[in-house]
Amino acid sequence: MAAVTAPADRKLRRGFSSIRPRELVVRYVLLILVLFLTVGPFVWQLSTSLKGPGDDVYSATPQLIPQDPTFANFVEAATKIPIMQFALNSLLVAVLVVGGNVIGATLAGYALARLPFRGRGIVLGAILATMLLPSEATLVAQYLTVRSMGLSDTLLGVALPGMVGMINILLMRAAFMAVPKELDEAAVVDGANVWQRFWRIGVPNVRGMIAVVSVFAFIAAWDDFLWPLIVLTTPERFTLTVGLQYLSGAFSSNPRIVAAGTMIAFIPIVIFFMVLQKQFFKGVDAGAIKG
Amino acid sequence: MSVIADATKGTLGTVGREPVAAPRGARSPIRSHGRFSPWLLCLPAMFFLIVFNVVPAVNTVVLSFSNAKMLSGGTLVGLDNYVRMLQDPQVGTALVNVLIYLVVCLPFLLFLPLALAILVEKKIPAIGFFRTMFYTPVVASAVVVGLIWTWMLDSRGAINGLARSLGFITESIPFLTDRWLLLFSAMSLTIWKGLGYYMVIYLSALGSVSRELHEAAAVDGASAWRRFWTVTVPGVRGTMFLVGMLIVIGALRVFSELYILTNGQGGVGGKNVSPVMLIEMHATGFNGNLGYASALSVMLFFVTLVPLLVMARIQRKAD
Repeated sequence: MAAVTAPADRKLRRGFSSIRPRELVVRYVLLILVLFLTVGPFVWQLSTSLKGPGDDVYSATPQLIPQDPTFANFVEAATKIPIMQFALNSLLVAVLVVGGNVIGATLAGYALARLPFRGRGIVLGAILATMLLPSEATLVAQYLTVRSMGLSDTLLGVALPGMVGMINILLMRAAFMAVPKELDEAAVVDGANVWQRFWRIGVPNVRGMIAVVSVFAFIAAWDDFLWPLIVLTTPERFTLTVGLQYLSGAFSSNPRIVAAGTMIAFIPIVIFFMVLQKQFFKGVDAGAIKG
Repeated sequence: MSVIADATKGTLGTVGREPVAAPRGARSPIRSHGRFSPWLLCLPAMFFLIVFNVVPAVNTVVLSFSNAKMLSGGTLVGLDNYVRMLQDPQVGTALVNVLIYLVVCLPFLLFLPLALAILVEKKIPAIGFFRTMFYTPVVASAVVVGLIWTWMLDSRGAINGLARSLGFITESIPFLTDRWLLLFSAMSLTIWKGLGYYMVIYLSALGSVSRELHEAAAVDGASAWRRFWTVTVPGVRGTMFLVGMLIVIGALRVFSELYILTNGQGGVGGKNVSPVMLIEMHATGFNGNLGYASALSVMLFFVTLVPLLVMARIQRKAD
């Protein structure tokens, strides 16, 4: 890493051109090692799910490539338990949670960032205090609240408590605060009301954060386990995570079918993330995600 | 539902109706917003905050002093649930388990993800692919991850099979049936799933570590190892603090890993339980003892509050 001072070279230096070939090789070797560690178990599960009766899944020497490949395990998982229904249930909950968070957190985030009002401090304080509470600690009483609304054992009951996350309000507030104040002041002079300013100036400038909030809300809802486990009792209404636990209990003797079930739950969320990963890591590089 | 919703609306309406916003509006040359608009915008969020956070929090404390069951309302019984908690051997076991969990996971998750973040920070070709792949375990649900590892750690699974065919062992290692091995299996699962999560947090922070300082140290002949400890670590100290807090609280709240690896049973003799698992066990089913589960919830709240207070104190001293 020679000390280069010319501004043109300075830009280049940020790229990989500044890395010596030996360091580059070491980096790739390490990256591939970690890749095996993080992705290996998923590949192994995929392999198990594709193994037919001709493959010995308990073989003393594990085989990665199925000798007798088949989709029969996926068909069987889908016929033995209503796994497609579970997937639809999970999707419905996730869509409700994303919708609730985008609307609720954006509206409140705007008010807390842009509209000075008496009581704003109290609202912010209440939001922060709530975040100190581990959600597991209010589980029992939350279940009673949902039950008193007549929503126990329903998907709406699963979605409702997560529909406006307090952290998302704070994220949206931070995003709105980064929008230049002058834009707002100019609009006020032009006679724009609160709703017009929110819709025409606020929202278009925080689209990135809305995307981040949506992605996190979707993944959290799709992956949640403890809450739906407590709310739901009827198998037809299970979400995928609860259904998978049910599947593994019923088919503990057949790892191929359990593997197929986990892949049915895993593949959609991975595709969802792959599609949005560019935006996600752009935000990370810009320092947007700090926990 | 409607009763609570109306009550909520009532409270907010009253606050909004207080004539405090009027003089402010009058003083500024142009009225930027009415006094109701901020409250109107906050209304959905406030509804969820009150109905699903504040009310249940208060209710949990009330319930913990009652003998409420799943199918009956129950009456106040004073400290009975708390006395029972002190005598319940499973509570002690659960607390010991999460303490060990915390102590083991903390160093691994504090430093491995930082090393990983440094590894993926430089934009070399295909780095986007590696970053995405390293994050995959985070995106997958804990249930999916738990079932994958249950299969890999099975007495006839891939890890035992591999170790046996390489001649390391002759008998299968009882990862899922031994009390302590099971706890360590759950930890390795937490660490594996946490790597990508904390990597991304560190990655976001690394951008602000001074490149010039790094290069100056390199010019002065400091090794990569030395630069890691003298430049990188101090540069991300604030983030490390946050990550540490998240790890500690996450460990104290561990649930899915233990639940899936033990198939909801808590392992051999119910020894592999965590406080959250005990809450779940006592709160579900027709015999669910909601009063006792609530007392356990109050305990969980204080257990997670302690590290927060300790950390806050340490940070204030450090500043």
